[in-house]
Amino acid sequence: MLELRHLTKSYANGRRVLNDVSYSLAAGEFVAVMGDSGVGKSTLLNLIAGLDAPDAGAIMVDGVDIAALDDNAATRLRRARMGFVFQAFHVLPHLNLQQNVALPLLLNGADLSRAGSMLEAVGLGGRGADFPHQLSGGELQRVAIARALVHRPALVLADEPTGNLDPDTAQQILRVLRDELRSTGASAIMVTHSHAAAATADRVLILSQTGLHAA
Amino acid sequence: MGWGKLNRWLVWGEWRAYPLRALTAVLAIALGVALGFAIDLINSAAYNEFSAAARSLAGQADLEVRGTQPTFDERVYPMLATRAGVAQASPMLELEASVPGQTSALKIIGVDVLRAASMTPDLVGVAAADKPFDTLADDAIFLSPAAMAWLNTRVGQQIQLRAGSRVVSLRVAGGLVRARTGQRLGVMDIGAAQWRFNRVGQLSRVALKLTEGVNLLAFKQALANDLQGRLQVLQSADETSRSASLSRAYRVNLNVLALVALFTGAFLVFSTQALSVIRRRSQFALLRVMGVTRAQLLRQVALEGGLLGALGAALGIAGGYALAATALRFFGADLGGGYFPGVQPTLQFAPISAGVFFALGLAVALLGSAVPAWEAARAPAAQALKSGSEETALNRLATPWPALGLMAIGGVLTLAPPIGNLPIPGYIAVALLLIGGIALMPRLVGLVFQALQGVPTRRPLVMLVLSRLANAPGQAAIALGGVLASFSLMVAMAIMVASFRVSVDDWLAQVLPADVYIRSAASGNTAALALAEQAQIAGTPGIARVDFLRLSQLNLDPARPAVALIARNVDVSTAERVLPLVQAVAVPADRVPIWVSEAMVDLYGFTPGKTVRLPLVGQWRAVVVAGVWRDYARQFGAIQMRLGDYRRLTGDTAVNDAGLWLHAGTTPAQAIARLKALPFGAALEYAEPGEIRAVSLKIFDRSFAVTYLLEAVAIVIGLFGVAATFSAQILARAKAFGMLRHIGVTRRQVLAILAAEGGLLTLMGMAVGFVLGWVISLILVFVVNPQSFHWRMQLHVPWGLLATVAAALLLAAVLTALIAGRSALSGSVVRAVKEDW
Repeated sequence: MLELRHLTKSYANGRRVLNDVSYSLAAGEFVAVMGDSGVGKSTLLNLIAGLDAPDAGAIMVDGVDIAALDDNAATRLRRARMGFVFQAFHVLPHLNLQQNVALPLLLNGADLSRAGSMLEAVGLGGRGADFPHQLSGGELQRVAIARALVHRPALVLADEPTGNLDPDTAQQILRVLRDELRSTGASAIMVTHSHAAAATADRVLILSQTGLHAA
Repeated sequence: MGWGKLNRWLVWGEWRAYPLRALTAVLAIALGVALGFAIDLINSAAYNEFSAAARSLAGQADLEVRGTQPTFDERVYPMLATRAGVAQASPMLELEASVPGQTSALKIIGVDVLRAASMTPDLVGVAAADKPFDTLADDAIFLSPAAMAWLNTRVGQQIQLRAGSRVVSLRVAGGLVRARTGQRLGVMDIGAAQWRFNRVGQLSRVALKLTEGVNLLAFKQALANDLQGRLQVLQSADETSRSASLSRAYRVNLNVLALVALFTGAFLVFSTQALSVIRRRSQFALLRVMGVTRAQLLRQVALEGGLLGALGAALGIAGGYALAATALRFFGADLGGGYFPGVQPTLQFAPISAGVFFALGLAVALLGSAVPAWEAARAPAAQALKSGSEETALNRLATPWPALGLMAIGGVLTLAPPIGNLPIPGYIAVALLLIGGIALMPRLVGLVFQALQGVPTRRPLVMLVLSRLANAPGQAAIALGGVLASFSLMVAMAIMVASFRVSVDDWLAQVLPADVYIRSAASGNTAALALAEQAQIAGTPGIARVDFLRLSQLNLDPARPAVALIARNVDVSTAERVLPLVQAVAVPADRVPIWVSEAMVDLYGFTPGKTVRLPLVGQWRAVVVAGVWRDYARQFGAIQMRLGDYRRLTGDTAVNDAGLWLHAGTTPAQAIARLKALPFGAALEYAEPGEIRAVSLKIFDRSFAVTYLLEAVAIVIGLFGVAATFSAQILARAKAFGMLRHIGVTRRQVLAILAAEGGLLTLMGMAVGFVLGWVISLILVFVVNPQSFHWRMQLHVPWGLLATVAAALLLAAVLTALIAGRSALSGSVVRAVKEDW
């Protein structure tokens, strides 16, 4: 589903963060990526999403090199095939929960009715008219997960999805994410510092100066 | 389909969350559009009515023959009436009759009623059924309804008018049913008018109807050639052009001034949108991550601005119409310029003008949104998702080169000549300087407050204030856009008006050297003093010297208003004693010298030393321009010549005005009392220089009242901008303030920080605004005014007024910051630090 081929990336100041990273992610596979701070975990996600371009190498999403696409084409690919979960939730404050979850459906021109069922799936059924400021951190992250999966993406990218949550809530969130990934059949890459979080993935990978390796 | 819904969700979500901010932007645009549209409607209505009244006087005529002076010899008439190609000719005598006790004159047209019936039917009076021949009676006058109301008279009563130094009594024999609303007009038999008003043998114009099939232009050209410029041949288009040029510069200037409010509103939209985009920077980044393209995001932000603009513009059009209707009803059509006296137009909705002002409102909102939209679209999504990247969004604003480039272009444009007699390059230069100056603010704010930050302090609040201003200059500068625009324009206008007022005051002192002034009448051209009467005035005890003046008019260009011809005693060698000369040259003793106003140089090229020809009593007379003098009384040009030369060349020995120098020991009151005892003395108008000066300055202030009003509105919009942007910034900084409250900063101290930031920023804005305003005032004084009105003046800065307004603005800005701060800090401190966005 996703194939990383010899990815190399340096920051503008010249510091190299990714060095010859290669990996092949199978359909429906859920991997966790761990590593020291500043090693380039978030950068790796940005490259996969087409939000940043590698210095060298290729990123094949369903056979298409996203790094070779122009901004509009990369945006369309991201819109249709990917979902995102962030550490800081990033739920739009002035849209209600139903609208927040429906955003990817709107952008893809799809039927909006699935937004309600996704909210139910993450345990927020009946709260579609609520606004984000009425929710706890754990509930906000459930909204983010629902939004990431509502349009049935092939790949979910999660950047420290439990970083702002207490351990119990974090476990609940990971269970929801895991269940929803299974039910939609999406692949996922989760960047995390948490061993407990990483343990919920199918595989755990370590990112270091020498590349991406199995833990 | 989905994208449209998302557009609505995002726009509605933002407006629902911050309704006051959206409302402020909408109201700012609405106010700007309303002012511009209202002034345009009023001016257009007045101008159209004025032109329609002029057209109704011209009637069905194909051509009109006019003199270069107010009247010409009637022997021209048979020559015109019998000329091949002329089907009908209708002679007319046009007078501005002086009305005792009134400051304005009554227009009277003497017509040959038999010819006027077919050529100018609007000018035929309606006689009573039992007196059908009153239209030919020598004591009868027919008045328009407005004239009857003004003179408080009715059919059958007598009215008094001035002819020379006598009073003529005429019987109101009927009305003029087709006169326009507000048109003060009287019509009488031409022979009676000539006789009653001492114009025997004289005409003002002859209307010509050509035989069918005659080529109008060829006929006009041939006739003009035959008349050799001694008389002018005009079409209705010439008359339209003349009435348009009479008030065009004034109307355009007022419209431009009205647009200042809209211009300030544009900055308010810019600051509202810019801060909104900065606040939502990570939200937009999220949308980009989720698959929204750059173009879609750009359209989204532009759509928000466009909707604000469209709503504001629509409200503005409705409000402008209501404002115009109210102003016309309660204040009349003359907005202080004095170009449309007595005109009572009917307000009509002008779809094209409404469309233009709607488009302007929309355009300024879109322009105000353009930079924020572009920034939102180009921001790298991954970086923008992280908090703390807000100021980087504005880094580009700190680049000084585009601003300096705009200012340089503005500087070059000040050297450009007017376009179509209007100072268009000057206006563009002012706009470019303003935009450039405002665009330079982030850089200036950064430089100044970084320098201040270097001053060591142990006071944490001072440190907090200075570090914020030094390190986030972009956000600070955005708050200042509106206030900087309005304050600099206020400074510019205040300096220009003060310069003008002081110059006019000095000029009045120079042109009013006598002890007492007398006039044959306050207005009009029918009152005058004959030689015998002049001798009686000069011989009155206590009067040492008299300077008599003959005021007349000359038509030098059919498409332009007439120029004033002033004949008086001027000694060539000491002309500067009686004329405010700005240039002078020596003229040979055997030549006739004239002194022209600055407008004559601009409009007719009458430069010093040049020999020019003036059409006087049907003859071309060569005269030499001996000097140029400053004239603030007549915008379209004035010529002064020696009274002796004038009398010799025209044979006209009457005068209108006189300046009297009194013997020592004679008071003005004594002299006036003696003059009033003369047989014609009661009919004269008397004034001391101080009175004339006071009245002149009162008229000056009244004509600038609208200017002050429009400026005040611009300032209020600027303050709205401060309120909107301060509250937006404070809201965006709720998390930082929450943190400060957590670590022990009191609520009062946070408010003190906000007040200090607001005060320092406004001070900075006013300092830059003053410099910018001063530069703009130079353009207004030395480019726009000379090109619009041909008025040149010395620069004068009204320090007291500027200091007062600056203090008021500073206080208002600090209070605004405090009120916005109190409102923003009313939320939970705990929640503020936990806020997601």
